[in-house]
Amino acid sequence: MSTTTPTAPPASGAATKAALFHPTVARLTHRALLGRRRAMILFALPALLVIIAVAVRTLTGADDTTAGAILGTFALGTMVPLIGVIAGTGAIGPEIDDGSVVYLLAKPVPRPTIIITKLLVAIGVTVAFSAIPILLAGFLLNGNSQQIAVGYAVAAAIASIAYSALFLLFGTITRHAVVFGLVYALVWESLFGNLVPGARTLSIQQWALALGQKAAAEGAISSDVQLPLAVGLLVALTAGATWYASRRLKALTLAGEE
Amino acid sequence: MSPEPTTPTRYASPAQGGASIHNIGYRHYDGPRLGRAYARRSLFSQSLRGAYGLGRSAKSKVLPMLLFAVMCLPAAIMVAVTVFTKAGSLPVGYTRYAVYLQAVIGLYLASQAPQSVSRDLRFKTVPLYFSRPIERGDYVASKFAAMASALFLLTAAPLLVLYVGALLAKLDFLDQTKGFAQGLVCVALLSLLFAGIGLVISALTPRRGFGVAAVIAVLTIPYGAVSAVQNIAFVQGNESAVGWLGLFSPITLIDGVQSTFLGGTSSFPNGLAPTTGAGFVYLLVTLLVIAGSYVLLMRRYRKAGL
Repeated sequence: MSTTTPTAPPASGAATKAALFHPTVARLTHRALLGRRRAMILFALPALLVIIAVAVRTLTGADDTTAGAILGTFALGTMVPLIGVIAGTGAIGPEIDDGSVVYLLAKPVPRPTIIITKLLVAIGVTVAFSAIPILLAGFLLNGNSQQIAVGYAVAAAIASIAYSALFLLFGTITRHAVVFGLVYALVWESLFGNLVPGARTLSIQQWALALGQKAAAEGAISSDVQLPLAVGLLVALTAGATWYASRRLKALTLAGEE
Repeated sequence: MSPEPTTPTRYASPAQGGASIHNIGYRHYDGPRLGRAYARRSLFSQSLRGAYGLGRSAKSKVLPMLLFAVMCLPAAIMVAVTVFTKAGSLPVGYTRYAVYLQAVIGLYLASQAPQSVSRDLRFKTVPLYFSRPIERGDYVASKFAAMASALFLLTAAPLLVLYVGALLAKLDFLDQTKGFAQGLVCVALLSLLFAGIGLVISALTPRRGFGVAAVIAVLTIPYGAVSAVQNIAFVQGNESAVGWLGLFSPITLIDGVQSTFLGGTSSFPNGLAPTTGAGFVYLLVTLLVIAGSYVLLMRRYRKAGL
C-alpha cells in the first residue's frame, strides 16, 4: 500500500508518489457514474429544468422575479442537492456496497488519492449537470438580466463542490448514504431551513447563495449568511469532509451485514 | 431443524461385497401442506414486518421507527396545543396532515420500497419465491399490499393520535369522526398511490442505493417543478391553470382529491382548489396510476431476473 514500495517500477514510482489525481480511478468512477441507469436521472433533471424554463418564458415572458423563483427554489433548492447526492454517494457507495472496493484498495494507490480523484470526478459531474443547465435556463428565462443566470450558476457550482465532498464522506461512513444525504438535503435544508431561521446558517445552499450574491447584480439574490463566514464554512466543510473520508477509507472494514 | 437422526443407520453390511447402500435417514414429508394462500399470507406479513425492520437487524429498525416517530410527533404537539389553548378545532385538518409531512412519507417510501423488492433481485432470490406454490400475481399482490399497508400504518397513526386527542379535548364528536373518516380515505389513497410508484421504480433496479435516489427523485422533482410553475401561474393570475397543474406530481394529485371531495383545503397557492370537474380528473388519474403501477409490476415479474 505504501508509496515507498521498492518493487514499484522506477518509471512510475515518482509519478505515483506525489500525484493526487489517478487517471484510472477517475476513468472507473466516471464510468460507474454515467454508464448505468444513474445517467438517466442525471440527464432527466437538467432537461426538465430547461423545459420548464422554455415553458415559463413562452407563457409569461421575461421576468426577473419569476426567473429568480425558478432558479432559486427548483434549481438550487431541489435539483442541485439531488444531483449532488447521486454523484457524491454514487462515486464510492456502490463499490463499498458490493465489496469490489477491495480490488481498488489492494492496488498501490494512496487512499487520499483515491478519495480526491473520486471527489474531483463527482464535482465535475455535478457541475456539468447542474451549473451549466442553470446558466442555460437563466439565459432562457430572462436573458441574464441583472446577472441572475450567472449568479445562480456560480452558486450552483460552489454548492456542487461542497455537496460532493459531504456526500462522498457519507458514502464512506454508512451504507445508507443516499438516505442520509437526502435527509440532509430535503429535511434539513428545505424543511428546517424554511421553518427555523438558525438552520439556514448551517446550510450549504445559503453559503453558496452568499457567493452567488456577489456575482449577480445588487439585490438580485439574497442570502442569510455573510460572505466571509460562508467562504470559511465552505472551505472548512470541503477540506474536513475530504480529510475524514480518506481516514475512513484507510480504516475501512467490509461488514457482511445486509 | 429437520427431524432426521444425526447418525446414519446402516442396513446393508459392507462385508458382503464391495458395494453397499446406506440409508442416511431421508424421510417423506407427510405433515400438512399449507398451500398457496399460506405462502401468500407469509410473504405479505414478512414484507410488512420488514418494512418496519421487524425480523431484521437492529440497524435496519432505526430508520423506519425514527420516521414513524417523526410522523407522529407533530400530531402529538398539535393535540397538546389544542388542549391547552382550548381551541375549537384542530390546527390542521385530518386530510391535510399527510400532505404537510410529505417529505417524511417520501423518505420512508424511498428507504423501504427498495429493500422490499430490490434485494430479492440483487441476491437472485426471486426464483426461489416462485419455486413455492405462489404465482407471479401472488408475489406482486403481496408486495404491493404489504407496502401499501406499511404506508397506511405510517400515515394513519398520526391521524389516530389527532382523533383521540380531539375527543379528549372535548371537540364535537360528529365533526371529528367525519374528518377522521375522510382522513383515512385520503391516506388510504395516498398509500396505494405511493406504494405503486415506489415499487415500480425499485423493481427496475437491483441496487438499493440507486432505487432510493430514483424514488425520491420521482416524488420530489415533479413536486418542486409543479409548485414552482403553480406559483408563477398564480402570480400571473391564471387560476384555472393552477388547478390543472397539480395533476403532474403524486402529492399534489392527492392534495387535489382531498380538497375537492374530502372537505380539506389544498396546499396550492392561496388555497385554490380544483373545480369539481377537475377533481374528478384528479381522482381518475390517481386510480389510473395505481392500476397502472400494478400492471407494470405484473409485466416486470414476467421474467424473474433482470
